[in-house]
Amino acid sequence: MKGYAGKFLEVDLSNEKIKETSFPEEILREYIGGRGLAAKILWDRLGKKWETIDPLSPENILLVLTGPLTGYFPGTKVCVSGKSPQSNGVIGSTIAGEFGVDLKCAGYDGLIITGKAEKPSYIFICDGHVEIKDATPIWGRKARETLRFLVKKSVEEVKAIKPNYGEVKEPSILHIGPAGENRTRVAAVVAKYAHGAGYGGYGGVMGSKNLKAIVAKGFGPLPEVYDRDEVIRIFDEISKRNFEVEGFRRWGTGKGGYHFGAETSSEPVRNWQEEWHNMESFRGEEFDKYWIKKYWGDFGCPVTCLKLAVLKEGRFRGAICDNPDYELQAYLGANLGIFKAEDNIYISYVSNELGLCGIQGGAVLGFAAELYQRGILTKEDLDGLELEWGNAEAFAVLAEKIAYRQGIGDILAEGVYRAALKLGEMKGTNLLKYVVHEKGVAIGAHGVRSGKDFAKDISYACSVQAGDHTSLASIDDGRSGEISTILSDSAVYCNFVSFALDDMKPLFKLYEAVTGWSLSEEEWYGEKGLRILQLQRALLLLGGPDRQWKPKIDDDNPQRFWEPLPSGPYKGKTVDRETFERNRLEYYRLVGWDENGVPKPETLRKLGLHDVETKLREVGLLN
Amino acid sequence: MNQNGKVWIERVYENCSGCRRCEIACSLFHEGRIWPEASRIRVFMFVPGVEIPHLCFQCENYPCVEACLAEALSVNEQTGAVKVDVSKCTACGLCIEACPGRVPHMHPERNYIVICDLCGGKPRCVEACQEGKWDALRLSSRIEGFSYKSLAKTPEELTVEIAKKLFGEETAKEVWR
Repeated sequence: MKGYAGKFLEVDLSNEKIKETSFPEEILREYIGGRGLAAKILWDRLGKKWETIDPLSPENILLVLTGPLTGYFPGTKVCVSGKSPQSNGVIGSTIAGEFGVDLKCAGYDGLIITGKAEKPSYIFICDGHVEIKDATPIWGRKARETLRFLVKKSVEEVKAIKPNYGEVKEPSILHIGPAGENRTRVAAVVAKYAHGAGYGGYGGVMGSKNLKAIVAKGFGPLPEVYDRDEVIRIFDEISKRNFEVEGFRRWGTGKGGYHFGAETSSEPVRNWQEEWHNMESFRGEEFDKYWIKKYWGDFGCPVTCLKLAVLKEGRFRGAICDNPDYELQAYLGANLGIFKAEDNIYISYVSNELGLCGIQGGAVLGFAAELYQRGILTKEDLDGLELEWGNAEAFAVLAEKIAYRQGIGDILAEGVYRAALKLGEMKGTNLLKYVVHEKGVAIGAHGVRSGKDFAKDISYACSVQAGDHTSLASIDDGRSGEISTILSDSAVYCNFVSFALDDMKPLFKLYEAVTGWSLSEEEWYGEKGLRILQLQRALLLLGGPDRQWKPKIDDDNPQRFWEPLPSGPYKGKTVDRETFERNRLEYYRLVGWDENGVPKPETLRKLGLHDVETKLREVGLLN
Repeated sequence: MNQNGKVWIERVYENCSGCRRCEIACSLFHEGRIWPEASRIRVFMFVPGVEIPHLCFQCENYPCVEACLAEALSVNEQTGAVKVDVSKCTACGLCIEACPGRVPHMHPERNYIVICDLCGGKPRCVEACQEGKWDALRLSSRIEGFSYKSLAKTPEELTVEIAKKLFGEETAKEVWR
């Protein structure tokens, strides 16, 4: 097999057993890697009892998977998955960094992690040398301390394995913060300081397994490819296209904090009470002066759209943070009524240090602040905290409470949707109207009401990854847009780098050059990608144990999105109900679901998913 | 480049984006594979944001060549690069000990040391860095009388130095001490 290392590591934390495993070529041809393979592994191993499995229990499986294009596409990611404690389905959550490359160079395509370690642990991989190690000294520690400890210790350990090698480069590290350790549903799996696999809530899954980090160092080359010269040619072609995208290289998404508010009216402002602002203080240029790296990226990246911000002066001196990119500007800025770059960088830093997902954490902070604004949550409820809009220090305190599950933080740690149910019960009122979520996942910072952003009417409602703004359902060009994302998440490369391309042809060509296996667009959209979509859909609908989604009710936008925009140039606008319902039906038809949104028996049979049909019948989703 | 035709790779650490395309270019040129550990230039990142592209500093007195008992190392007269005779190298590691920057490292799979050979005067790492306009690596003429050895430091030393520059002294100490 070309492009794959050919082996996966299976780590049973309960029994401290490590073994190598592999998948037949047929499975890899059909499910590729990353998100697709994750859905397949989870279906095969947990599908029969899916609805009974608590995502935060040892029964869940944590997957860290590369794909065949990891390392060969210029822009590297790795895919984290498992049963999601947010949606109860499967989310392919990708994260940038060198981890995927180090893992493949160590000889592994991915990790399948089961059970729960007896004490805080981390997994150490140096080529074939794999160990479960004690993480007690760093349990409870934040990102900076965790990294410093692991880098120093791991470099020494690698040196001990290769005593005469010379200086040893640091291994790649995936880690969690206190938010993950304390099994919150708003915790990310983190690389470096603030690259996060946030959607899905897999930081909490790692925490539930007592797994603080995964450390990987590979000394080998990337696996052999089928057609080396063609791989290099396409790598260069994609790179060259990206070198030309000057604005994106210069700013990344860091101009979004102003743009998506002022221009497109699609930014969460004060917990989505508005989607418009025109705060000049939130222009990209205001962030620029804090950047110590204007071009920052990860392995192979031609764009380096990340920027590194540091506060060297002022009351928040010492804060270090990626960008903030648009999502963090929105969710930890405008969404909290914060329109000062410095304050936004500070709260992003706090969130990163705690291992919170900027989006899910920011959403729940904003939700709490709206309840405070409305007098539903009082100062007493918040342990004396005055949670005024724009008060970065107060939000930082609350973020800590969430990560450590202290006081009200224990409820908010459940994420916006579950916190609203619980607080609503306590306060005797329905709080879901203040929650912008899709099937338990706080929606990315791209609103649909103005119709001017890339997220549209049914984008979230029909997505198998729910609120994930990188995996949107659409019916343009007569095919599901979400299946495009399934390619980047399964072959595992950075979709931001693919945005510069005119079409997806180079991606399919690269896949063929790397693997030597043919894959046409028709085959992807009509069969392989569609099959992965069905699996994810089935698992999402099976859900459980704390919540099951009813497609007829839950394939919908959150209540707030049905209220017309209250301000800005698109005041009064929202999605038209009829259009929404027509497009939703059209989407169902396009991907082979019945009018209730359940995969049709003939769709499943055509794709060879007979066991999925059986299961859906068994639970009554199909008659 | 200049009178003697010898080149030197200048590095501006603060400009390094961490894209590691230099490692890709180097390993493709020398090994025909994408192979970060076999790259003659390696980007160290003990602290995120403090990326240190590490490669031969070409000291004027070549302590590594001096230290080699197997006579495996020599200086290429034309480029000024250190040349490794892989048939003579015993992988003893004396050159690593002698190098003030501890730059040379073992080939990850074979029994010899690897050191930057400047790709014969046209370094692929510099091309990759310049193509992307990061400008962390620059090709410059080698100046007689300049002490290149004074720039040679270990990844650890450089991390401390550059972290201070980027983050400020106080924060640098917190992220790496």
